[in-house]
Amino acid sequence: MNIVENFDLYAPRLINKKELLSSGHRACSGCAEVLAVRLMCKALGENTVIASATGCMEIVSSMFPTTAWEVPWIHVAFENAAAVASGVEAGLKALRRKGKIDDRYVKVVGMAGDGGTMDIGFQALSGAMERGHDMIFVCFDNEAYMNTGIQRSSGTPMGASTTTAPAGKVSSGQKTWKKNMPEIMVAHNVPYVATACPSYPLDFIRKIEKAKSIKGPSYIHCFSVCPTGWRSPSHTAVSMGRLAVETGVFPLFEVENGHYRLSPDMPKQLKPIKDYFKSQGRFRHLTADEIESIQEKVTSEYRKLTEKARFLKTGNA
Amino acid sequence: MGKRVGLEVTVAVAEAVALCRIDMAGVYPITPQSHIAEHLSTLVADGKLDAEFVTVESEHSAMSAVIGSSGAGARSYTATSSQGLMLMHELLPIASAMRLPITMAIANRAVSGPLNILNDHSDIMPQRDAGWIVVFAENGQEAIDLSIQAFKIAEHKDVMLPVSVNIDGFQLTHMVEPVEMPTQEEVDQFLPPFVPHATLHPARPVTMGAFAMSDYFTEIMKAKDEAVKNSKKVILEVWDEWEKMFDRSYKPVETYQADDADVLLLTMGSMGETAQLAIDELRAKGVKAGLVKLRLWRPFPFAEIKAVVKNAKKLIVTDRAVSFGGPGGPVFSEIKSALYAETQRPTIYNYIYGLGGRDVTVHDFVGMFEKIIADTGNVAADTYVFWGVRE
Repeated sequence: MNIVENFDLYAPRLINKKELLSSGHRACSGCAEVLAVRLMCKALGENTVIASATGCMEIVSSMFPTTAWEVPWIHVAFENAAAVASGVEAGLKALRRKGKIDDRYVKVVGMAGDGGTMDIGFQALSGAMERGHDMIFVCFDNEAYMNTGIQRSSGTPMGASTTTAPAGKVSSGQKTWKKNMPEIMVAHNVPYVATACPSYPLDFIRKIEKAKSIKGPSYIHCFSVCPTGWRSPSHTAVSMGRLAVETGVFPLFEVENGHYRLSPDMPKQLKPIKDYFKSQGRFRHLTADEIESIQEKVTSEYRKLTEKARFLKTGNA
Repeated sequence: MGKRVGLEVTVAVAEAVALCRIDMAGVYPITPQSHIAEHLSTLVADGKLDAEFVTVESEHSAMSAVIGSSGAGARSYTATSSQGLMLMHELLPIASAMRLPITMAIANRAVSGPLNILNDHSDIMPQRDAGWIVVFAENGQEAIDLSIQAFKIAEHKDVMLPVSVNIDGFQLTHMVEPVEMPTQEEVDQFLPPFVPHATLHPARPVTMGAFAMSDYFTEIMKAKDEAVKNSKKVILEVWDEWEKMFDRSYKPVETYQADDADVLLLTMGSMGETAQLAIDELRAKGVKAGLVKLRLWRPFPFAEIKAVVKNAKKLIVTDRAVSFGGPGGPVFSEIKSALYAETQRPTIYNYIYGLGGRDVTVHDFVGMFEKIIADTGNVAADTYVFWGVRE
């Protein structure tokens, strides 16, 4: 039985009913990112402080004098969510130690988009992870600078057309492979790294809960379908995320203390990437040969990952 | 009353900050600030200071981390210099708009290029409009006193603004000076615990750093401007209280032999003491020279400046930064605009000097006076001249 297709049966019992990201925010229709943030908040619960980077999620949720946030939330700038989160964590730690605040455990979470994580926020994130703060950092990756108008980032996939790497007569869009951010975080030797997608809500929630239970830094890379930027129908955001996973374009896995594990949601046999590409305007210009060469890369990257999962197994897998 | 001890000024500043029982410090190394970071981390390592010392990976993250920590309600401190301050620049107006009472020492150093590690004021001047309270120290004792006062001013419920204490790099930071270090009991008596207005804690969730467009932005800027202007009242109260407790006086504008002076010189920072010796030398020769020392850069003390210069014939404003192709050094521009509407005001001259650590001696100040006193219109008033430049 497929859990997601029977989500309505499971959800009421498994998921925190309390909304910590309230309705009335200004996200686009069909935004999978805001769905992911909402699920993340449910998994985190009330004893949470969030430090957000500038970006879609920041502007849609905090238009002064309104706010969608029911948890303590701070936004400072674009490139520093991880540094701000690390400061919040250090401040709360000192205050709790000195008995100046309630003696309760509060999880600090940094969040940013792909630009705020992989490009401009990369240094601050690397520093915060290396210092070992007790915090989670979640990258909501919609594969371009959507808030500023769909410009390419290092998270944009090969071949995607964006406003600064457009497809044209002599260009096929993005010329570079997507930066492998989860592996870079694994290389920081943090206790927990996972990939997730709100199209698999139970898997995503479990991973957030896992990260929350770890005393130390953890990183979750959340694939967030953006119908506006990808030029895909807004009602397909959830199924598009599933296709990204089923084709191996965005595999779901976790790395706990260096041990790899593929999520049980990963299919035995990957679907061809053209199934995923076909209803997205950003890939429409690609030729069959170009899609084939991207297919080869996706297949070989997925093989590498499965080999890691085979040789660097978790004990309880 | 504390003991009189010989300490390097950076070490003394770190000791003073520790007496303020900070909860968190986020500092990145940069010459000539680094000794503050080093000494603070030593105090934490030895268990003498109960604080989180966050070894951030840049000054941008230093300011980001203290913003986060201050937002969480922790007494938070940082220190920097030159390039580090330039890297923080983006965040300074955010810290003040969020009304976070962060305090920061700036070991003033020339901004690159060319790269230079020595003293001038080109790092703080581009931060002028960040909405911070900005004070300058003239000597080691002042660096200590201002560092302690900074917390009380910043955290006052009528202020809630960040404060920077400017300490001239090397010329002040690296001097070993006899200083009187207040005792822990005295500092505890002077500085109450920080009671934040709102904090990042689930006990009472708040949103900090919300997004505001044209419908609110102007009002928020006006509110910040009012806050900076109104802080002066608290600054004066805190200085009065300090004087009563420690018998050391602090004023937004201080003077030396200025009451009957025909020609005044205006300095900011550590140059004041050197200039004072020049005044003594000139007075001994019968020249009616006087000195004005600007301590409070923001909020700018308009009334005090007007009052102390009004009877002088000539005023030499000195600047340790350049506004390239502009109306003169940044201090000169400010003084000039402060005096524009005054019917009785001196002719104002501007010398730019002491850039990138260029030595300035008593002789230089005497030279400035002699040149300006002798001037019958050849030295252009209302514009600027580089002092001691090889051409």
